[in-house]
Amino acid sequence: MGGYIIKRVASAIVTIFAVATITFFLMFLVPGGPFLAEKAPSPQTLEALEKKYGLDQPVTVQYINYMKRLVLKLDLGTSLKKRGQEVNDIIRVRFPVSAKLGGIAVLTAVCLGIPLGSIAALNREKWLDRTIMAIATVGNAIPSFVVATVLMYVCGVVLRILPTLGLTSPAHYVLPVISLSFYPTAYIARLTRTSMLDVLGQDYMRTAKAKGLSRFKSLFKHALRNAVLPVVTYLGPLLAFIMTGNFVVERIFTIPGLGSEFISSITDRDYPLIMGTTIFLATLLIVLNVIVDIAYKIIDPRIKLK
Amino acid sequence: MKKIAILLAAVMLFGIAASGCTPQTKSISELAVHVGSEPDIIDPALNSAVDGATLIVHAFEGLYTLDKDGVPVPGQAESCTISDDGLTYTFKLRDGLKWSDGKELTAEDFVYSWNRAIDPETAADYEYMFESIAGYEEGKLEVSAPDSKTLVVKLKAITPYFLELCAFPTFYPVRKDIVEANPDTWTLDPKTYIGNGPYMLEEWVHDSHMIYKKNPNYWNASKITGPDRIKFVLMDDSNAILAAFENEEILFADDMPNDEINAWKDRPEFNIEGQLGTYYISFNVKKPYLDNPKVRQALTLAVDRDYICVNIGQAGQQPAGAFVPIGLSDADPTKEFREVGGDYYDPSKEAYEKNLEKAKQLLAEAGYPNGEGLPTFEYLYNESTGHQMIGEALQDMWKKIGVNITLVSQEWNTFLNTRKNGEYEIARNGWLGDYNDPISFLDMWITGSGNNDAQWSNPKYDEIIRKVKSSSDREERMKLMHQAEDILFEEWVLCPIYYYVDIYLKSEKLDGFYSSPLGYKYFMYTTLKD
Repeated sequence: MGGYIIKRVASAIVTIFAVATITFFLMFLVPGGPFLAEKAPSPQTLEALEKKYGLDQPVTVQYINYMKRLVLKLDLGTSLKKRGQEVNDIIRVRFPVSAKLGGIAVLTAVCLGIPLGSIAALNREKWLDRTIMAIATVGNAIPSFVVATVLMYVCGVVLRILPTLGLTSPAHYVLPVISLSFYPTAYIARLTRTSMLDVLGQDYMRTAKAKGLSRFKSLFKHALRNAVLPVVTYLGPLLAFIMTGNFVVERIFTIPGLGSEFISSITDRDYPLIMGTTIFLATLLIVLNVIVDIAYKIIDPRIKLK
Repeated sequence: MKKIAILLAAVMLFGIAASGCTPQTKSISELAVHVGSEPDIIDPALNSAVDGATLIVHAFEGLYTLDKDGVPVPGQAESCTISDDGLTYTFKLRDGLKWSDGKELTAEDFVYSWNRAIDPETAADYEYMFESIAGYEEGKLEVSAPDSKTLVVKLKAITPYFLELCAFPTFYPVRKDIVEANPDTWTLDPKTYIGNGPYMLEEWVHDSHMIYKKNPNYWNASKITGPDRIKFVLMDDSNAILAAFENEEILFADDMPNDEINAWKDRPEFNIEGQLGTYYISFNVKKPYLDNPKVRQALTLAVDRDYICVNIGQAGQQPAGAFVPIGLSDADPTKEFREVGGDYYDPSKEAYEKNLEKAKQLLAEAGYPNGEGLPTFEYLYNESTGHQMIGEALQDMWKKIGVNITLVSQEWNTFLNTRKNGEYEIARNGWLGDYNDPISFLDMWITGSGNNDAQWSNPKYDEIIRKVKSSSDREERMKLMHQAEDILFEEWVLCPIYYYVDIYLKSEKLDGFYSSPLGYKYFMYTTLKD
């Protein structure tokens, strides 16, 4: 296990370095700049700003300076648009907001999706299976912004039963969590059903039944444990993406999370923020994938980590 | 749950303070409003956004401030004496002026702040607003503080709108010791965001909200009848903003979805105010065919502005017959610049057919009868349903005179870059004025100006603008500015579409709110109707 982790950390560093390098040069290829506005600043102001933030240097020099700061100090630089704000601070303050919301949403999706998928599989081709799968198909087809908008309108404006602005009380979490967990719940339900059906047809399940193992025990100890593996695979990237925030849901419910920064940093050409959010997401994705691999090993000891 | 929500809203939004009541209105303990999304920067010298300015006018105050009629009235200054030649302004500051942390505010603070704003190191977008002050070119303004209560300002030329400039956020004072200790971050922390206005920043949760509370050290604190706290909710999504307004989670919304305007425009909460700005179309005069003024005039005349305003804008926009919008004063302050200058063509619905005929005739005169011989032009706009609808309308209208265009949309920043570099043929454009003087609209067309997207150049025009800036005669200035605008339309450099309006939703419960023609919103006297 130790050797495996060292190997993964080494490959993670190479991957993050590659992501940072490619992103750095790609973002400078996009036309536009961070200081453009409908009212153009004067050439003197523009020059002063570029000098202040080192944008007057050749891109390669900027790249070397950036990587030096990143490697030596873990410093992601200062935002060009949100003047004065450090990218490290922006991520430090906003990530926990998105992570908490995303974490609750994933938990909800897992707690609902796995049982629903299992129930569907165990009632294959019966009305319960058909109903659950019909709902899951709808859930897969409707994007989160539609769910969020409809929920906001129905629960917030028409019925006025739930607040729609910010995350100041537990009630404020209800609508964003439903919006965020709608799709993953549906996806996990479908994934669990397929996988469960596959497992239920395996020889060892027949053996368990022949041995006289109770239905409950055979289902939980043998079937679900194996059936849940594809869900665990899906959870790694899902967690990384959902915990770094969803642009649309955060915008609709006015949530001060990290999701909006991924989009606005690009439209604003806020180079340090583009780099910061990209590197952060890449790191989180890699870390969660390692955790998923380890979880695999725990769930199914036959799997060897190499 | 519903009851709890209502109760919460009631407690949060309408808590009623016992003191300061009048028979008709009640003061508010906390008022939640929307004026924009997360501001980029709330440093008075560096801000260039309208919503940022609203936040700043609550936390800072200039020598002058705008009253509810948009007229500059003494703010930090008690009085102002103007020399006979109109070039020296002597401001007397009020007694007992203090910063929000209780320290004394002096005339020297203005000397520091104004010079800081023009310092290239500060890199302020609006530094050019100080160009009317002597010493601007040299980088050291001729502004002095003979004593702590007196500020003397020397101007290069008569600037009739100088007192209005003194009410503009870029001219507000900032605290030297605070700014120099944290030049890039002093605006981010309520502890270091020290102002001199009626309110002070208490809490800022980025991308969520900012809470301002009353500043007890403000010179006129006892007259500030507005809410004890103003919660500026930082929202970006127009549907969410409307939902929050309908829910009464906010009682003021500065934005709403375009397609909801029709449903709301007859409701009492819906407000339209004039705004100093023009939506127009830029012709790149360096491009073949568009370098011909007759082609540009034909395109300008062939636009049905009434259709665009009524069916696309839907918010009371006024069809534009010139570039300088309505709402700006002329030499005689009782008359508007637009009233004196008139329109360069009739933008009304009734005149459209006649304009169309004239456009066809002009194209024929230019050698392109019915558009024959003209290529298909590219019309560039930034991604937005509204801009696209206008593009589609233009496509139809110009087809009537035989001119074809293809619509090309670009993402905002790319669009700005393309337009600024002149890599387009015809493009959407818009301009909002900075102060009540036509020069704010005419200065941008001089040769090489960063906002002269048309790439147009006319030495005679440049000369007139130079004279306007150095003229000390009010009548003469206005005359010259009318001449300058005449040149713009002798050459048909641009195609005006409509004069902007400012739309907002305000709860009927609110009283005492006002906004300025520049779009700034003032909540410091807002109370609750009884």
